[in-house]
Amino acid sequence: MPDEIAARVDRLELPFDARGVDEYGISKWHLTIAFRALAFLYRRYFHVRAQGLEHVPPRGRAMLVGNHSGGIALDAAMVIASCFLELDPPRLAQGMAEKFINRIPFASTWTARCGHLTGLPEHALRLLESERLLLVFPEGARGTAKLWKDRFSLVDFGTGFMRLALRTKSPIVPFAFLGGGDAIPTVGNLYKLGKLIGVPYLPVTPWLLPLPRPARLSVLYGEPMRVEGSGDEEDATVAGYVDRVKARIADLMEQGRR
Amino acid sequence: MKVLIPGISGLLARNVAGRLLAQGHEVIGIDPRGWPGAPEAIDLYPIDIRKRDAEEVFRQRRPDAVIHMATISALLADAEERYRINLGGTRAVFEHSANHGVRQIVFIGRHTYYGAGPDAPLYHTESEPPQELGTYPELADLVAADLYAANALWRLPALQTAVLRICYTLGPSGHGTLASFLKGRFVPMVLGFDPLFHFMHEDDAAEAIVTALSAKARGIYNVAGPQPLPLSVIASETGRRALPLPETVLAMLVGHAGLPRLSRGALAHVKYPIVVDATSFRKETGFAHRFDELGTARSFADAFPARGRASPVPPL
Repeated sequence: MPDEIAARVDRLELPFDARGVDEYGISKWHLTIAFRALAFLYRRYFHVRAQGLEHVPPRGRAMLVGNHSGGIALDAAMVIASCFLELDPPRLAQGMAEKFINRIPFASTWTARCGHLTGLPEHALRLLESERLLLVFPEGARGTAKLWKDRFSLVDFGTGFMRLALRTKSPIVPFAFLGGGDAIPTVGNLYKLGKLIGVPYLPVTPWLLPLPRPARLSVLYGEPMRVEGSGDEEDATVAGYVDRVKARIADLMEQGRR
Repeated sequence: MKVLIPGISGLLARNVAGRLLAQGHEVIGIDPRGWPGAPEAIDLYPIDIRKRDAEEVFRQRRPDAVIHMATISALLADAEERYRINLGGTRAVFEHSANHGVRQIVFIGRHTYYGAGPDAPLYHTESEPPQELGTYPELADLVAADLYAANALWRLPALQTAVLRICYTLGPSGHGTLASFLKGRFVPMVLGFDPLFHFMHEDDAAEAIVTALSAKARGIYNVAGPQPLPLSVIASETGRRALPLPETVLAMLVGHAGLPRLSRGALAHVKYPIVVDATSFRKETGFAHRFDELGTARSFADAFPARGRASPVPPL
């Protein structure tokens, strides 16, 4: 298993230098350790089932756009793991980290070394122009705060991702992530306590801590969607495009529940 | 071309002067520090750029171009003196240049202009304003000098002005902010943080400055060579040991116990990266670096092994 992970890291088509670091500071050493842990969770703990991986382009710019599921970033971790463990050649999906993470010791370093830069429009644009695979959750932090009873719903989508897709002419690969709400069934969120320790909120589960139980998780990728435009369209036009992506993700979620 | 270099005694400026001489240019230098052993071909005026004598050099020698390298970093002088040198000196250089027929000016600024902070983009482009000045007030005079130099682009349209925001330099001279930080055996780091540092070989930096002059660059440009590296990797590539300490402990220890001096504001620069996008400069001037990031780190380590300094500053 460890050799397989290191071999996969070696096969990532990223411009690493002789020390195994790329221009964004992504480090092969950090990736190898992180993916060893993720591979265990992906294969042995959650038994993640990934479908439609053929829709993820093997190279070149693209945006994976999907729903949040689960009170912490379990969804992002497993989507990233699926692209790394199941695609051939493996791809590194790069997420956009919440701003507060960059202020937290160790978390700041590990997210950056694994390619997940702070969620800024400048970063998203630059990564796509560098032909990277970007992972986007347009529901934002409100999406991870969803309660268990709302686990199959979608909150409002931001429109920034769509303008970015239009501007950079990037295909959007919609995906549905299912089971996160069962792994971490959030019954409430503690916003004040979260603020005190420097995070947006703390999810509370029936067993209090947001530690995931080994629920079955699945991710379904849909066919890439291409939207034509400049990224300078009026809000109403962009919102229309966003609704199409949102409807497609809702379809995939329905498909996944069946 | 007749080129005047205020601040010529600095090691990077000497490197630039040597290249200009080799290309057949006439070089004049102004620097109160002097330059013992300077090449004979260089006319050296050991005076302060802000004094009246300096204007006389402009008046009499009528340089075609000026490369302004007479700014200093936060560690070398107190706030008031730094402000006088960096902003007062820059103002004098531009005024004398405008009044005495200089056609081209290259201002040597620093990439730290952008500041370091948790919410800043990783790669800075020239259009961005300086950030985080509140946490690092020691940078204010350099930022002010940069902005003053940049406004010559519209204020003095006849003067071909280039503002270069150059990343850290490193190399066998052991000179510069990053080199000073790496001089000892231990490289202090903030526990849990490992920012990317953007640096280029000092020979590449000198060549970039000469290239800006010969390409008659006009505008504001970030200047960098190879990709950045995490501080921990730089430490190991230069044979040092990274010493991660909690931020509060580090703030108390810097400048003591063999650790390098660091102003309190500069701690942000050990926590968060300052990396620049230098695409515009490369496109405009055709500049290409010769040394990659690992070769650059090794060139410093060869001259300054972790235990003691092996070789003196090499002559030009």
